[in-house]
Amino acid sequence: MSKHAIVSQILPFSCVDGPGSRLVIFLQGCNYQCKNCHNPHTISLCDACGDCVEHCPEQALTLMASQDALSYDIALQGAVVKEKSHIVWNSSLCSQCDTCLAVCPKKSTPKTSNYTIEQMLEVISSQRHFIDGITVSGGEASLQLPFVIELFKAIKSSEHLSHLNCMIDTNGSLPPTGWHKLLPFLDGAMVDLKAWQQDTHHYITGRDNHPVFKSIELLAQHHKLYEVRLLHIPGITDYDVEINALATYLQQLPSDTRVKLNAFHHHGVGQVASTWPQCTQADIEALASQLTQRGVSNIALPALYI
Amino acid sequence: MALQDNIVQIVSHPQLSPKQKSNNLALEAENSLPYVAVSEQVNNAMTDGIICDMFEGHAPFKPRYVLPDYAKYLQQGSEYLELAPAEDFDDALNALTILYHHVPSVTNIPVYLGQLDGLLMPFTLGLDNDAIYRKLKRFWILLDRTLPDAFMHVNIGPTDNIICRTILRIDAELQQIAPNLTFMYDPAVTPDDLLLLATTNICQCSKPHIANYPLHAETFDERGFGIVSCYNALPLAGGANTLVRLNLKQVAIKATSIADFFEQTLTHYCQLTYELIEARSAFLHQQSHFFDSFLVKEQLIDESRFAPMFGIYGMAEAVNILQALPTRGLADVGSTNSVNQSGNGYGHELEANELGLRISAALDKIVKSTPVTYGYKGRALLHSQSGISLDKGVTPGVRIPYGTEPDPISHIQALAKHHQYYTAGISDILTIDETVKSNPQAMFQLCKGALSSGFREFTANVANNDLVRVTGYMVKRSDIETFKQCGSRTNTTGLAAEAATNTGILQRQARVIAHEQSPLVYE
Repeated sequence: MSKHAIVSQILPFSCVDGPGSRLVIFLQGCNYQCKNCHNPHTISLCDACGDCVEHCPEQALTLMASQDALSYDIALQGAVVKEKSHIVWNSSLCSQCDTCLAVCPKKSTPKTSNYTIEQMLEVISSQRHFIDGITVSGGEASLQLPFVIELFKAIKSSEHLSHLNCMIDTNGSLPPTGWHKLLPFLDGAMVDLKAWQQDTHHYITGRDNHPVFKSIELLAQHHKLYEVRLLHIPGITDYDVEINALATYLQQLPSDTRVKLNAFHHHGVGQVASTWPQCTQADIEALASQLTQRGVSNIALPALYI
Repeated sequence: MALQDNIVQIVSHPQLSPKQKSNNLALEAENSLPYVAVSEQVNNAMTDGIICDMFEGHAPFKPRYVLPDYAKYLQQGSEYLELAPAEDFDDALNALTILYHHVPSVTNIPVYLGQLDGLLMPFTLGLDNDAIYRKLKRFWILLDRTLPDAFMHVNIGPTDNIICRTILRIDAELQQIAPNLTFMYDPAVTPDDLLLLATTNICQCSKPHIANYPLHAETFDERGFGIVSCYNALPLAGGANTLVRLNLKQVAIKATSIADFFEQTLTHYCQLTYELIEARSAFLHQQSHFFDSFLVKEQLIDESRFAPMFGIYGMAEAVNILQALPTRGLADVGSTNSVNQSGNGYGHELEANELGLRISAALDKIVKSTPVTYGYKGRALLHSQSGISLDKGVTPGVRIPYGTEPDPISHIQALAKHHQYYTAGISDILTIDETVKSNPQAMFQLCKGALSSGFREFTANVANNDLVRVTGYMVKRSDIETFKQCGSRTNTTGLAAEAATNTGILQRQARVIAHEQSPLVYE
C-alpha cells in the first residue's frame, strides 16, 4: 500500500508560499500550540469521535466503520486508510459553514482528505503548466516526512514534473536526521523564527527554539534556506527589544536568503491572541528599517495588510 | 416632442464637454430616422431582449471597428491628407496622429492605433534609447488627452524590440486609462524576460492584455490582424461592419428541453440574428457611401476584409437553465443564482462545462456554415461579447458569473476549450489576489499556463489597483468617484460610472463589469 498523507487543503495557485506560482499542500497536524495560530483546526488530528456528524446542517459528514470506509473510498478512488473508523467528508455537499470546527472537542477538523502519492501526483500533474513548483505547508509538514520525501522524490524523477521546484514551509522543529533524509529532494525551505528569546518562543509556541536555530543553520549550510519568516506581534514577539542580536544573526545567513516580515492579525486566532495588538504597516516598516540600519538585506514586506 | 426634449437635455447638460454633446446630438439625429428594415420577428426578438444591436444607431454610416493598414500609410503617404511618406520617427508619429483623426468607429474615434512597435521600428535609426523614451512618452500623453476613450487600442509584440520595451515602461509609469494595450505573445519568438516585463506591468496596473499570437495568426490571413477596442480580434486593413449579439439565456428560456434548444430555438434565433446582421451591413455597404472614402481609395482598408461580429452572451445562465429543464421543469428557471452561489453549475461542474462547450461548438458550426453578403471570406466571426449596462442577471460572454469564480487555475481550465471557437475575441477576466503584486513571476507562469491550455487572450485584474478593467477597457476607480460631481474629459468614465451604479460591482474584489457601449450617456 502506498504512503498516504492527511491533507487539510490544497491551494492550486498561491503567490505567497515561495518563488513564483505555487501549488500548496497543507498537511494536517502540528506539534506546536501557537497562541496566535491563524488556523487552529489544523493542529490536531481527527480521532473520529463522531461528535460533529449530527451538527452538520448539510449532512456532509458520515462516520464510517473500517469495512464501509474501504469500499466507499474505492468507489471514490480515494485513499484507503487503516483506522477502525473515520469521518467521511463529502466536499460537494459542504457549504463551508465551519459548524464542525466549532463543535469539535479536539479543535480539529473532519474536513481532511487522504491522498496517496499517486493521487497527489495526479493533482500536481493537472496543474503543471500553471505553476513554478509545489510547497508543502501545514500544520507542520515535516510531521508527515515519509510522505513528503516520497512525493518530492517522485516529482524529481518524473519526466513531466521534474521542472517543478519542491519547497517546504516549516516551523523548524525537524531534527537534523530528518532534514538529511529530505535534503536530496528539497529545493528550499521557508522557516518561521517565531521569537528570539527562548522564553518568548516557549510562551508563544509551547516549545523551545533551539531546534529552529539548528534547522536554519543546517539548511543555510546546504544552500536550502530560501526564507526566514518573522511574524511580528507588537509587544509580544521580542524582535524589537532583541534587534541587535537578531540583526547580527540574520546578517550572517547566506545573502540570498530572504527575510520575510509578516504582520500579525486577528483572523482565526484564539482568545488570548485576540487581545494582542494587531501589527500595522507602520510597525512592519519600523522593524524593517531597524533591520536595514543594522545591515540586514533582502527583506521582503507583506504584500498586503489585513 | 421627445426628440427636442432630448436635444435640449443634451445641449444644456452641465457636465458634458462640447465635443461629448456633439457626439450625443449626432446619435440622437441618427436615431430619429426609421430603423433599417427588418421583419416583425426580428423586431420582436429585439424588443424582448433576445437579439441586441449594441445601440450602434438606426442607420449605420460608419463601421463599428476600423483597422487601417498604418504601415502602408506611413510608407506611401496620403494624397487625400496631402502628406509625403514618413522619413523619420517624428514624421511617423505626426502622420499617425493625423490619420487617427480620420479613422471612424462606433465611438467616433479610432479603436485601433496599430501594431506600434512594428510601425515605428523602421524609423528608430540614429535614435538612442533615451530619445525614443522621451518621444514616446509625449506621444502616450497626447493620445490620452486628445482621444479620450479607453476603447482606443494599441498592439505590441511578439518580437523583442526597443519600442515594445519602451512602451511597456511608459505605460506602467503613466498608468493612463488610454490607450488600451495588447501584448502579443508567441512562445517561439517572445523571450521569457519580455513576457515577465509585461506580466510585471499587469501586477502594477492591470495592463497589458496578453494575446495568444499563434492562435490569432492562424485564424486570419497573411495580411494580419489586430486586437481592437476591448477584446475584438479582426482582420487588418478591414474591421467589423457591425456587431449583433444573441442572449443565450433568453434562448434557453424559450427551449423545452436540451434537444429542443439545439434543434429548434438556437437555430431559429441565429437565423434572426443573421437577418439583423444582413440589414445593418446592407445599409452601411450600399447606402452610407462609407466605402467611397479615401481610406478605401488609398487602400488603407479593403471592403472585403470587413466582417460582422456574431456576438453571444449569457452562456452561464443558458447552461444552468437547460440543465434544470429535464428534472425540474420550467418553473425553476429564474432561480439560477442559487445554483451558482454554492459553487455548482456552470464553471464548476464537469457536466455543466461540457454542455457549455457543446453550445459553443454548435454556434461555431452555424457561424462557419452561414454565408453573409458582407463578410470576411463570406462569413461572420463568432465573438464572446462582454455585455452592456442594461444587462441584468445575465453574464457576459461565456464567463463564469461574478463572485462565483473558482481559483484562477480552475477558472482557466473550466473555460479554455471555448477559446478555440471565438475567433473574433473572447474576454475572460481573471481577478488575481493582491499578493501577486510582490510576485510577478506567479502572474507570468499563470499567463503561460493559460495560453498553453488554449486561451486566446489572457486578461487579469489585480485586486485593488486604481486602474481597473471594465469589460475590456480601462477606468480609474478614483475617476469614477469624481465623475458624478464633475463629469469627465474621458468618454468611457461615464459609461463605467453608470455601470458601477447599476451593478455595484466595484464594491466587490472581483471586478468584471458588463458595459461596452452605452445607449444614453447623459442620463
